[in-house]
Amino acid sequence: MDWADSPEQAAFRTDVRQFIKDRLPGRYRDMKDTGSENAGWQADRKSSNPEANQAAKDWATALAERGWIAPHWPKEYGGAGLTTIEQFIYNQEMAEAQAPPVGGMGVSLLGPTLIVHGNPEQKAEHLPKILSGEVAWAQGYSEPGAGSDLASLQTRAVKDGDEYVINGQKIWTSGAQYSDWLFALVRTDPEAPKHRGISFLMMDRTTPGLTVRPLTDMGWAQPFNETFFEDVRVPAKNLVGEENRGWYVGMTLLDFERSGISGAISHRRNIRDLIEFAKTDEGKARSRLGEFTTLRHEVADRHIETEILFNFAFRIVSMQARGLVPNYEASMNKMYGSELAQRVSRTGTKVFGLFSTIWQDQQKWGEQNAPYSAMGSRFTHLYVRTVPLTILSGSNEIQRNVIATRGLGLPRG
Amino acid sequence: MDLGLTETQELLKNAARDFLENECPEQLVRDMEEDEKGYSPDLWGKMAEQGWQGLLIPDTYGGAGFDFLDLCVLLEEFGRALVPGPFMSTVFGGAIPIMQIGSEAQKQEFLPKIASGDLIFTLALTEPSARFDESGIQTQAAVSGNEVTFTGTKLFVPDANVADYLIVAGRSGAGVTLGIVATDQPGVEVTQLVTIARDKQAEVKLNGAKGQLLGTDGGGWAALQPVLQHYTVGECAYLVGLSQMDFEISVDYAKERVQFGRPIGSFQAIQHKCADMVTDVDGSRFIMYKAAWSLNTDQADKQMAVNMAKAWTSEATRRVVAHGQQIHGGIGFTKDYKIQLYYRRQKRAELAFGDADHHRELVAQQLGI
Ligand SMILES: Cc1cc2nc3c(=O)[nH]c(=O)nc-3n(C[C@H](O)[C@H](O)[C@H](O)COP(=O)(O)OP(=O)(O)OC[C@H]3O[C@@H](n4cnc5c(N)ncnc54)[C@H](O)[C@@H]3O)c2cc1C
Repeated sequence: MDWADSPEQAAFRTDVRQFIKDRLPGRYRDMKDTGSENAGWQADRKSSNPEANQAAKDWATALAERGWIAPHWPKEYGGAGLTTIEQFIYNQEMAEAQAPPVGGMGVSLLGPTLIVHGNPEQKAEHLPKILSGEVAWAQGYSEPGAGSDLASLQTRAVKDGDEYVINGQKIWTSGAQYSDWLFALVRTDPEAPKHRGISFLMMDRTTPGLTVRPLTDMGWAQPFNETFFEDVRVPAKNLVGEENRGWYVGMTLLDFERSGISGAISHRRNIRDLIEFAKTDEGKARSRLGEFTTLRHEVADRHIETEILFNFAFRIVSMQARGLVPNYEASMNKMYGSELAQRVSRTGTKVFGLFSTIWQDQQKWGEQNAPYSAMGSRFTHLYVRTVPLTILSGSNEIQRNVIATRGLGLPRG
Repeated sequence: MDLGLTETQELLKNAARDFLENECPEQLVRDMEEDEKGYSPDLWGKMAEQGWQGLLIPDTYGGAGFDFLDLCVLLEEFGRALVPGPFMSTVFGGAIPIMQIGSEAQKQEFLPKIASGDLIFTLALTEPSARFDESGIQTQAAVSGNEVTFTGTKLFVPDANVADYLIVAGRSGAGVTLGIVATDQPGVEVTQLVTIARDKQAEVKLNGAKGQLLGTDGGGWAALQPVLQHYTVGECAYLVGLSQMDFEISVDYAKERVQFGRPIGSFQAIQHKCADMVTDVDGSRFIMYKAAWSLNTDQADKQMAVNMAKAWTSEATRRVVAHGQQIHGGIGFTKDYKIQLYYRRQKRAELAFGDADHHRELVAQQLGI
């Protein structure tokens, strides 16, 4: 067991660090993590603020030069073809620097899916535009009636000549308001068993009949949308994989790094910042750390728990480097990391007591601290922002089911 | 960066598991609870033949020359099999302090005999104050040349009933001072305690007990720190193996036990406990190995790594064995069923060398809170 970099790994790490130092635009440096919804690159590229616009462009250009917009894609598709360990180091360093990822779901989800299941024309049309940042993608899977039981989805697609005609509704479509294209799971055979009547379709967001309506979340942000389909006509060539095999296309997991290291890094940063702030005069006036030993211990516990999460991440990437396929281990990371995120935010709000009631409005205060806010209300924001982490991408109840059944071999309920 | 076992470690682990399954069955564990000595000299001898007591000892002193991570791999197996006896006392309370602090003569005198299984050692550290910090050491130490004479009471001394030597921490004018004290002298009086794990701990009254000075007069506390770091991580490794086994037994039971016409393991209330158990076991394993690695490679933050490991492991493994009991229902509460053996032993190791509160406080201090 070895937690240290090999000489090659250390050299790669230095390379990534130097790159960030040289090329990360000023706008993304020394980011004050306020815990607020930080739409980052995705929003900046469509922003009316020219500075934001330029930063998004510059950063995408810099990354593209190294193939680092999609470091996990094979080189032949314009990625960097990094090994899982290199991807891990890359992700680690980018997260440490709080450098915004570029390319969103196109890079993380659609691209890898097309690389495996797409035909040559689809790859040629879509992959370059993801890498150039020209097209942003959103994921239309969930529906009002199909959440954890995603395979029960009802949005209907009927073949009509060389088109599919789509009717129905998606919900929770993250970033669809900033996106140019959607990939969606739709029902093409209502008679078949539920997993076998689903197809995977790509569609231009401006197709007539397709409406995106932003939903406001409990923290006054608009991260996601309702997406409505009324006789939306999509060319049949936008079908990925075979008709009715979409469930399996959509569930494709490529061999790329999935350790979730960035979560561990941000939790540890938040704890470290909390401790540092509490030592300042302002911090002393706001914090109750000096008052309760239990609270000091609670903060220590959160720090220790980030160590657990770091190790879980290291474990996954070690397995991948050894050619093993993580099974329940990835579910464990998701479950542990999301619950830790909630605990960290809860501990932070406890430390600042009544001051944690202050909700700093980012629009109004920007980089400044609102009166009586502690750390720009970071933990108060996080207390709200972390709520969905135990729900999205497989709720924690589902993760525990997966660990118990797929991992431990307990009988399905 | 690689969190897998090395080939040597895999071999050691498999060999140890096979050996202990044959040589240390549940019945032996139960017998030793009632046994006066608390260990099987026969098994002790066979373990020495495997090279285990001397695993860490360099080959120049008759040992196998493995490293600390390897020892932790072995201790995981000890926790799994609940191996009774003075193994940890001898390795952590004898071999390691002598390797780290002993003079050349002391190394030559003791290390080969520890490796061959001919000597049992233990660390006589804690006192009736039950503290793990320096102020807990009140036993008097009078140093004269290379000899040191101890007077005072040591408490919770593991395996003192069978130890040939104690490594005693006392206080002289110069500070905490260590000595190697033979138990077969009138100044040493050992009274066994009855404990939750039925391991053998004792009150040891020292009344002018004489021994060899180990290290320097007054240099004992500093010298003990690496010993305590290793010992603490060793307890964590034992807890990892123990909780892994408790978890495996519980999952197997959940697959077999039928109620309402189906295995209880198909109920989510049980499944989710199992998922939490494996998370706690895995979390304990890696934070323990991280601490062991930090000691092995002398990382700057090794003290912190040790404190974090014991803080976490103490509580996580307690959660595991508690779930283990709950999953078993009534049968788990009976003496005849094996799961309780793990539950009781977990508590001993949880409390040894500081529980979660103790180590959490040290973590908080090091974080600057
Ligand atoms: C911020 C956010 C962003 C999202 N972004 C997207 C996106 O971009 N694209 C997209 O398609 N979707 C997205 N989602 C949707 C997300 O995938 C779903 O919310 C998720 O699958 C859960 O579905 P649900 O909300 O309908 O909850 P439900 O499935 O109704 O679950 C409600 C509760 O029941 C529990 N439950 C359900 N089934 C079981 C079971 N078998 N065993 C035990 N407990 C169970 C759940 O754990 C949960 O506690 C997003 C969601 C959020 C919150």
